[in-house]
Amino acid sequence: MAARIQLPAQARRGEVIEIRLLVQHPMETGYRYDEGGQPIARNVIRTLSCRYAGEEVFRAEMSQGIAANPYLQFTTVALESGDIEFSWVDDEGVAGSERQRLVVTG
Amino acid sequence: MKREGMNAGSDMKHGNGADLARRRLLSVLAASLTWPLWPRQAEAQLSLLDPNVLAFARGAEVRRGRVRLTMPPLADNGNTVSLRVVVDSPMSPQDHVKVIALVSSRNPEPNIARFYLGPRAGRADIATRVRLAGSQRVMAVAEMSDGSFWLDSHEIVVTMSACLDESL
Amino acid sequence: MAAGIGVVGVVAQERVLPLTELRSGIEFAGPEVRELQQDEFANPGMLWVERGARLWSEVPRTAKAQSCAGCHGDAATSMRDVAARYPRIDSTSGELLNLEARINQCRSERQGQTPWSFESQELLSISSLVSHHGKINGLNVVIDGAARPHFEAGRRLYYQRVGQMNLACAQCHEANWSRTLLAERISQGHPNAYPAYRMEWQSLGSLERRLRACYSGIRAELYPFGAIEHRQLALFLAWRAQGLPMEAPGVRR
Repeated sequence: MAARIQLPAQARRGEVIEIRLLVQHPMETGYRYDEGGQPIARNVIRTLSCRYAGEEVFRAEMSQGIAANPYLQFTTVALESGDIEFSWVDDEGVAGSERQRLVVTG
Repeated sequence: MKREGMNAGSDMKHGNGADLARRRLLSVLAASLTWPLWPRQAEAQLSLLDPNVLAFARGAEVRRGRVRLTMPPLADNGNTVSLRVVVDSPMSPQDHVKVIALVSSRNPEPNIARFYLGPRAGRADIATRVRLAGSQRVMAVAEMSDGSFWLDSHEIVVTMSACLDESL
Repeated sequence: MAAGIGVVGVVAQERVLPLTELRSGIEFAGPEVRELQQDEFANPGMLWVERGARLWSEVPRTAKAQSCAGCHGDAATSMRDVAARYPRIDSTSGELLNLEARINQCRSERQGQTPWSFESQELLSISSLVSHHGKINGLNVVIDGAARPHFEAGRRLYYQRVGQMNLACAQCHEANWSRTLLAERISQGHPNAYPAYRMEWQSLGSLERRLRACYSGIRAELYPFGAIEHRQLALFLAWRAQGLPMEAPGVRR
């Protein structure tokens, strides 16, 4: 599973920064059938969480109503230099994670 | 006796919910009588009666305002529709948005997603892409740290593709 | 000189759609689709490019083999002038190859690996990476020499009415582009966005997949993946769109 994170390379302490995330995942609805006519089991990322500076700062609980290759955008307050960490798990129990460093000045 | 007692609790709960729904339905009907406001006002009021919105609010009153749901009026394809939700909140430890729920009026799974925020977010401002099974009303409900619930809704037309792709 | 002018004259006459009227499919798309394609970060097709970049430097399990990067170095520079020239004739085998076939040829002959299957995530990832790095270029295919018979075959396919609806590509994309079909505006049918992320697929897909989708839409028999007909048609399409900048990974509805 590929994932992309976008955040500013650096920010001032107290600044509200925008975080964007894109995860490669089919978000299989469970409503489709394969070529043999067998239903394809639902497989979506149920929970995706973002931790930064020792705390969960954002969490998404999703259903098949979220588009394939989920895109999420939210904000957080820059507190200290460190990793912004994402982790998620899908219905099949496959987990993914990605992190990116934020440098905080001032 | 015991059975009655056991049911009393859930009856109470249902009773309150039904009462609330009845009162709101009456207010919708009342709104509909002032015909220049119909159907926009009544359509907007319908969101406040949506069973999934009511379930999210767990019996609390849901009011319009403070939430702004932005999405296109028309989508070329229901598989990927971008939307953004901004909630008017200071996002302080004392006063912040706890959860934003996205609810669909037509999807087979109406509860699209819930986003958990807190004062560390700085702003209550999220964006994502959703799947919409046809033209419908999408609702965004915010639960605040003071226990209040606020809502915005958006009507969207989802168009069909001209050419069917059954190649795979 | 005279011969040169003569050739230009012939080629100009052959063009039903003048080069000055070329319009990418993105111009016929709605604002949402356009915005998604232009957003270099959030364009979902970029996930495949990203994965392709990782695969590019991955050394295959076989000890002897090199990674793509082992021979080609940084794809951003070495692949700048590649994708826009496909389909093209392979000088050793004389076969007409599209980019996917070329990647698989490299994979089997140089890396000694099993070729990736059509539309596999790996093949799409590498082809979208290579196409993405060639983005600044306009389509620029060779139709002379050994390519000529393929080009002519491609042209015949383009104007051949087929299927239950008895339509040729040209009926929609040459005679009726910019008109509407239900809620859609008909494009000129150019290949410059592929591999592209189609909302309908909820995934990235190749030009071949798109051609099959079109044949499916007009209720015609589909050629299998890897069919020479797809490559011949793609060659004609690339020539028809000569000079149109590539957009891979494009986004379409």
